[in-house]
Amino acid sequence: MKFTKMKAMAFAAATSAMALVSSAASAVEIEYWQYFFDARVTAMEQLIENFEAANPDITVKMTHFPYADYRTKVAAAIPAGEGPDVVQLFYGWLNDYKAANLIQPLPADSFDADTIDAEFFPMVSAMREGDSYWALPTAVRSLALFYNTRLFDAAGIDGPPETLDEMLEIGAALTQRDGAGNITQAGLTMAMTAQDHHWFREGLVRQFGGEPYLDDYKTVNYNSPEGIEAMEFYIGLGEEGGIGAIGFMDEPQAAFKAGRAGMHIDGSFRIGSLNNTRGLKWGVTELPATGEGMRSNYSSYWVNAITTKAEGEKYDAAVKFMQYVTSDEAMQIWLDVVGELPAKPSVGLTEANANDETFGPFIKGLAYANTTKFVNESAQRQLLVDAVERVKLEGMSVADSIAIAAEAEQKLLDDFYASN
Amino acid sequence: MYKNLSIRQKQIVWAWAFLAVPVVFYVVIRFYPTANAMVISFQDWNLLGTREWAGWENYAKLWNDPTFWKVFRNTFVYLILGTPISLVISFFIAYHLDKTRFMHGFIRMLYFLPFMTSAVAMAWVWRWFYQPVPIGLFNNILAQFGIPQIEFLRSTTNALPAILAPAVWAGLGFQIIIFMAGLRAIPQSYYEAARIDGVSKTATLFEITIPLLKPTIVFLVVFSSIGFLRIFDQVFNMTTGDPGGPLNSTKPLVLAIYQSAFTDFDMGYAAAQTVVLFLILLFVSLFQLWIMKDR
Amino acid sequence: MAAIDDIRASSDTLFKAQVTRKKGDWGQYIRWLILFLGGIAMVMPIIYMLSTSMKWPHEIYDVTLIPNEPHFENYTYVLEDGRFYGWFLNSLIIAVVTTVSAVLFDSLIGYTLCKFRFPGRYIVFIAILSTLMIPTEMLVIPWYLMSQQFGWLDTYWGIMFPGLMTAFGTFLMKQFFETVPDDFIEAARIDGLNELQIWWTVAMPLVRPALAALAIFVFLGNWTAFIWPLIVTNSWDMYTLPVGLSTFADEADVQWELVMTGAAISTIPTLIVFLIFQRFIIRGVVMAGLKG
Repeated sequence: MKFTKMKAMAFAAATSAMALVSSAASAVEIEYWQYFFDARVTAMEQLIENFEAANPDITVKMTHFPYADYRTKVAAAIPAGEGPDVVQLFYGWLNDYKAANLIQPLPADSFDADTIDAEFFPMVSAMREGDSYWALPTAVRSLALFYNTRLFDAAGIDGPPETLDEMLEIGAALTQRDGAGNITQAGLTMAMTAQDHHWFREGLVRQFGGEPYLDDYKTVNYNSPEGIEAMEFYIGLGEEGGIGAIGFMDEPQAAFKAGRAGMHIDGSFRIGSLNNTRGLKWGVTELPATGEGMRSNYSSYWVNAITTKAEGEKYDAAVKFMQYVTSDEAMQIWLDVVGELPAKPSVGLTEANANDETFGPFIKGLAYANTTKFVNESAQRQLLVDAVERVKLEGMSVADSIAIAAEAEQKLLDDFYASN
Repeated sequence: MYKNLSIRQKQIVWAWAFLAVPVVFYVVIRFYPTANAMVISFQDWNLLGTREWAGWENYAKLWNDPTFWKVFRNTFVYLILGTPISLVISFFIAYHLDKTRFMHGFIRMLYFLPFMTSAVAMAWVWRWFYQPVPIGLFNNILAQFGIPQIEFLRSTTNALPAILAPAVWAGLGFQIIIFMAGLRAIPQSYYEAARIDGVSKTATLFEITIPLLKPTIVFLVVFSSIGFLRIFDQVFNMTTGDPGGPLNSTKPLVLAIYQSAFTDFDMGYAAAQTVVLFLILLFVSLFQLWIMKDR
Repeated sequence: MAAIDDIRASSDTLFKAQVTRKKGDWGQYIRWLILFLGGIAMVMPIIYMLSTSMKWPHEIYDVTLIPNEPHFENYTYVLEDGRFYGWFLNSLIIAVVTTVSAVLFDSLIGYTLCKFRFPGRYIVFIAILSTLMIPTEMLVIPWYLMSQQFGWLDTYWGIMFPGLMTAFGTFLMKQFFETVPDDFIEAARIDGLNELQIWWTVAMPLVRPALAALAIFVFLGNWTAFIWPLIVTNSWDMYTLPVGLSTFADEADVQWELVMTGAAISTIPTLIVFLIFQRFIIRGVVMAGLKG
C-alpha cells in the first residue's frame, strides 16, 4: 500500500516536471535590456507586443535600469551567463563591449553590411567592422531649441530665434529677476551636466570657427582661440546681465517644464516627457545659427546588439528580434512614441516627418550634425562641467580652464587608444 | 557515542555546533572579502577584462592623484566639523533638557524624531531647502527680506557644510539620548556634596559632570567620527548630476570608491581606496581602545 | 542581571523629571523656551516635507507652511503605478528577515562565547570583534563580485546576506549574557534540558530587553541601508525604499512636490512606529548605545 502510494507520487512528480519542460521548450524567452527612460520603455513595450504577436513562439522579457547604473549591470551580468540576449548600448561604448567580449557580430546573411551602408544614415557606419555590423540603431537623435510659447507671447515675442544674437535678445526679454537680483525666470536654461556639453563641443566651437577634435576624434582641439571664445560665450550667458543661470531650478529640464525658462536646448528624446507636462505649451526650432547662417549640431544614437550569452535557439530568436527592432515599422513607432528620429533616411526624411512641427527641426539638424566619438562620455562631460565651475566658482580665466580640460581629455583619449 | 563524553567534552561539542554556521559566515562574508579587497587593490581590473597584477600601481596612482587628496581632505573636514559641532550641540541640549520638567517627553521626542528618518529621504528634502530662488526654501526666505541669495550646493565653499548639516541634524537625537543617560548615571550625591561646598555651577560642570561623562563622550566621539568618515547617502543624493559637488568640493572617500568601482569600473583603484578607508577607521578604533584603557 | 536593571533604571529615569525647582526661576523659563524652539526647528524639515507633499506645483514657490488647499493628489499620483508599494514590501521583508536572523545568531554566538568553555573560544571572540573595524565599504566590491559569481545579484538573498549576523550584536549580547547567573544554567542542566533548550528557554528570556534593543538597531539599520542595496539590485521590483526613492527623485525631473511626496511616503511609516513605541525604542537605543 505504502509502496504504490509512493510510486504514484513519483509518477505525478515526473509528469508535472515533464509538463514544465515541454512548455518551456515550446516558447523561447529572450531577455532585452535598456536603460530607463519613460518613453523608451513604453515604445519598447509596444515593439515587443507587436513582435510577440508575429512570433508566438518567442517571448521577450525587458529589464531596465537607471542610466547611471546601466553599464555596470550589463558588464556584470553577461560574463556571469545572466542578463540580456539583446542589449541596448550607447554608440560610444561599442569598442568597450567588443573588447570585453560582451557582444557578437550580427549574422551577415540577415544583416548585409553593404545594404545597411546604403540604407542607414552614414554615421551608423561606425558600427561596421570588415564585412559585418556589430550593432544597429533604431533611431538617431539630435539637438534643438525648445521654447515656451506662453512666455514668448507674454513677452510679446513673435517667434523663436534664428541666430545666436537673436537668442540673446529674446533671452534678455524673457529673463526676470526679483528685488534682490536673483533670476526668477530664465531666458535660457544652462547646464553642462545635461546636453550643453554637446552643444558646446559640436555646436558652439564649430560655429565660432573652431574644430573641436582632430584625427578622427583622437586629438582634442578645442583649446584654441575659437574654442575659448565659444566657452566665453557660453559662460557669458550665465553672467550678470546674462539670460540664464547654472543650477537654476536644479535641473534645466525641470526649469523648462515648470514654465520658468523660456528656452531650453535638449534632445528629441525629451519630446515625450514634455508632452506629458500639464499646462506647458511649447514649440521647437533648430539650434540658432551664427550671423552668417552657419549651423552645427550634435547627433548620437543608441544601438542594439546581440550578446555573447545568446546561443542556439535564443540566438535565432535574438536575430529575429534585432531584425524587427531595426525595421521601418519599428522606427516609425519609435519616432511617434519617443520622438527619436528613424535611423534610415528613407523613413526619417519623409515629407511628413521633415515638415513635422515637432520632429522637423531635429531632422533638419541631422543634416549638419557631427557625432563625437566618446571614449568615456561621463568622464568627458565631467571635464567640461569642471571647466565651467573653475571659471564660475574659482575665478579662473576661461583660457586656463579650457587648457586644463583639454589636457585632461587628451589624456583620457590617449589612455583609451593606447590600450584598445 | 555522545553519551560517553564527559560534561566538558559535551560542552565543546555543543559550542562548536552552535558556532558552525557563524564561523562559516564570518569566514566567507567577512574575512575572505577583506583579504580579497586587499588583493584586488594590487590588481588592474575593469570588471570586463582579465585581472592583471599591478603591484603598487594603484597606490602610486592614488598618491599622485590630486582628486584623491581633495577627497581625503573632504573626508576629514566632514569629521573635523561634524563631530565637535554635533557633540557640543547635543551636550548643550541634553544638559538643559535634563533639568527641564515641563513637557520633557514631548521636547525629547522632537529632538529624537529626525534620527528615525532615512538619510536618503531627508537628503532630498534638504536639497530642496538649498535651491536657489525661486524654489529653495532658505533662499526664498532670504529673498523676502531682499537679501541676495546664497549658493549653498553650487559653491566650492558652502556645499560641504550644507551637506554636512542634515547628517548632523539626523544624528543629534541619538547623541542627546545617550548624553542624557550618561548624565543620569552620575550619582546625585556628587552634586549635593558640591553644593554644600559652595562650588559654582560652571565649576561643577567642568569638574564633576564632564569628567564623569568621559566614557559617554569617548563612545559618542568614536561613534560619530566613524559615521562622518563614512558619509555617503547625503552626498550621493544631494549631488546627483554633478556627483561630489562642483569641482569635487563635497566628495568623500566612500563616494570616490563608489565612482571608481561602479562608474569607472576601475576595481583595483577602488579597492586601494577602500584599504585607505580601512586604515583610517582602524586608526580611529585603536585610538578609542587606547583612550578607554586609560580609564 | 544587575547591569540590565541598572540600565533599565537609568533609561527609565529619562522619563521622569529629575529635581523639582523653586518657582519664579526665570532662567528656567528661558531654558524651556530655547529648548522648545530648538525642538520645533528640529522637526521643521519633516513638517515642510509633509506640507509640500500636499501642495500644488505652483505653490512650492511659496514659503508658507500651510498649503492653501491641502490635497492628496501627489500621493495618488506617486502611488499610482504601485512601485512604492513594492519597494515598501521589499524593505520590510529585508529588514524583518535580517533582524530575526541577526538577533538569533548574535545571541546564540554571544551566549556560546559567554557560557561555554572550549578551546578556540578566545580566538573566535577576538576574530568576530575584529570585524567591527572592517568598514562595509571595503567589502562591497568583493561582495559584488561574489554575488555576480553565484547569481545573487538582484535577489533578496543578495541584498540580505551581508547583514545576517553582526559583530556589534554579538558583542552586545555577550555583555548581557554575562549578567545571567551560571547557577540558572547549571540548574537547567540538572533538570535534563539540552544546551539548545537551555539557551532558548532559560537564558534568552532573561535578556529579552537586550534582544529588543538589538532588534531595533538592526531593523533601523537595514530599513535605511542605501549603498549596498543600490549596488546589488538591478531592476525596479527589487529596489528597497531608499534606493527606489533616490531613483524616483532623479527621474521625476525634480518636481519637488512629487519628490517630497516620495520622501514622505518612505518616512511616515517609521515615524508612526516611533510615535507608538516611543519609550520602548528610546530605551532600546540607550541600551544598545551604552553597552555596545
